[in-house]
Amino acid sequence: MTEQLPGLIVIIPLFAAIFASASGWLNRNYPYIISVLALTFTTYASVVMLIQTAGGGTLNYYMAGWLPPVGISYRIDALSALVIAAIQITALLNLPVSRAYTEQSFSKKEAPFYGLYLLFITGLTGITATEDAFNLYVLLEVSSLTGYALIGMGTNRSPLAALNYLIIGSVGASFYLLGIGYIYIKTGTLNMTEIHTMIYPLLSESPTIIMAFALCVAGILTKAAFLPMHGWLPSAYANAPNASTGIIAPLTTKVMIYVIVRLGISIFGTELAVESFNMSWFLVNFAAVSIIAAAFKALYHTKLKKILSYIIIMEVGYMVGGFFAGTPDAMTGAIIHIINDAAMTLCLFIAAGAITTKLYEDDIRNMNGIFTKMPFTAIGFVGGALAVIGIPPTCGFFSKWYLLKGAFAADQYLFAGALIFSSFINAVIFFRIFEKGFFTGEHHHEENGSGHGSVITEASLNVVIPLMASLGFIIALGFMTGKIVENYISIII
Amino acid sequence: MEIYNTISANYNYWIFIILMFIGLYGVIAKNNLVKKIIGMNIFQTSIILFFISTSAKLEGTLPIIKNAGHKGGGHAVHASDYMNPLPHVLMLTAIVVSVATIGVALALAIKVYRNYETLEEDEIREKISSGYSGEN
Repeated sequence: MTEQLPGLIVIIPLFAAIFASASGWLNRNYPYIISVLALTFTTYASVVMLIQTAGGGTLNYYMAGWLPPVGISYRIDALSALVIAAIQITALLNLPVSRAYTEQSFSKKEAPFYGLYLLFITGLTGITATEDAFNLYVLLEVSSLTGYALIGMGTNRSPLAALNYLIIGSVGASFYLLGIGYIYIKTGTLNMTEIHTMIYPLLSESPTIIMAFALCVAGILTKAAFLPMHGWLPSAYANAPNASTGIIAPLTTKVMIYVIVRLGISIFGTELAVESFNMSWFLVNFAAVSIIAAAFKALYHTKLKKILSYIIIMEVGYMVGGFFAGTPDAMTGAIIHIINDAAMTLCLFIAAGAITTKLYEDDIRNMNGIFTKMPFTAIGFVGGALAVIGIPPTCGFFSKWYLLKGAFAADQYLFAGALIFSSFINAVIFFRIFEKGFFTGEHHHEENGSGHGSVITEASLNVVIPLMASLGFIIALGFMTGKIVENYISIII
Repeated sequence: MEIYNTISANYNYWIFIILMFIGLYGVIAKNNLVKKIIGMNIFQTSIILFFISTSAKLEGTLPIIKNAGHKGGGHAVHASDYMNPLPHVLMLTAIVVSVATIGVALALAIKVYRNYETLEEDEIREKISSGYSGEN
């Protein structure tokens, strides 16, 4: 059974998506039940694979039994197993949360929502599991299209934000496709390990391959919202319905960073990616600029979800700069930050969704005293905020530690300075929210005529349990950092 | 003469680059949302054309092997006689992806139109900045 797992983990959510959206005709609750079953299975499967690949094992699965280079193969190594586990756990934790919000946001569209949700997870899991570069493009587009639809399902400004995201994201993915085309012309194969063996030692000086790498990275960085291609992210995530931001925000950009790590390590090799020309210098310094710019923009805005979106852009800057800084410590920091940032963002967005659903608005200037009325949400939000600022023992501290160590070892002082500076700005941003939430008095929230009055109660149990679970993950990941690095990450690098 | 040789030897690449930039110009400079979507489609189509143009070979024929039944191995096949079918297959998938993208994009454009009653981007921006709350 475990040989079939790399294939099953992508196929089960795919079919479950079709069943979930079809079963909505029968009963309103069936889509949710099918989604829970499918994601429980994939979470279990990902944990099994995680145990099997600890310490460097790999699992191979060849579609239809055709060996590469003829067929498409799925390969799970330690890095993929880690990211797949993060994706599945995030998806499973977010299911009850979206159930609590779909009743408010769009009550008749639950079945298609769960279908899109499962297809989104299929796409992301496939991106991390596959070993074929073109298959990665296809699954990239699957996850992106479902992401656009999930964001566009809301009201008011979300269709426009989703259309904006669609155009920018499709242009980015097309650049990636063009890069794959260059690689295919030169090497004649699309399997990642074969491309790697063909590039060394024959072709690493070829301008086509260098251009291919530049195009692939540029395309994927567009989808990962790296400055200056970040313009779609704040409006897309801030205007999206609360049910979808919980799943899209933690995962999309992080899986794109995983793709860049995979491009840099497995396909092109670190010599080409990092050390051979000035691109890494440019990217690291640009990452530093993006961190500082995103930090200032987050300081400026007053809408909670927009602030969190700019913090996501800042985290992407950490990861890109860390990976391209080149030293093993910085790369370790970037890779472990993929997992940590997924956990932190999940926690923050669930808490933010809970707050904005109860208050019907987004502005933090009106959030006086909210935390005294919603204590569990407050705990979750404070935990996530401390992780973003980087306070031990949360996981955010450890990834920043590795990034700083690596940045100093690589003489990238601007990047290291940006890391420290952004921690201060994060502290200012979040402590401002804490002050509003905890210490000011009763808020004078006007009746907005929807009949809920001004009684703010705690968020429902559907929301609180995943929030506490994600907070637990943040702290547990902090404690387990040593083991994770030793077993999974140091082997890759 | 030198430049003419360079251009005419790689004319397929020049066509694809010009199409790509026409598409990008459409995405960036046009005001109407549907024109932006079509510009994005032209951009994706140019990449598809690029892939397919790499599969052609001089005096190659269609990649179907005649008389190759399951009984008897038959004679050896020279790959240089047949055009490369793999880019065509890959691009079938890419065409499907671009069709799906246009579908989602047009659905979102319909929703935008219902909200703001216009598809011109500058009018939408004016409406947003003047606090138009929309109908949904």
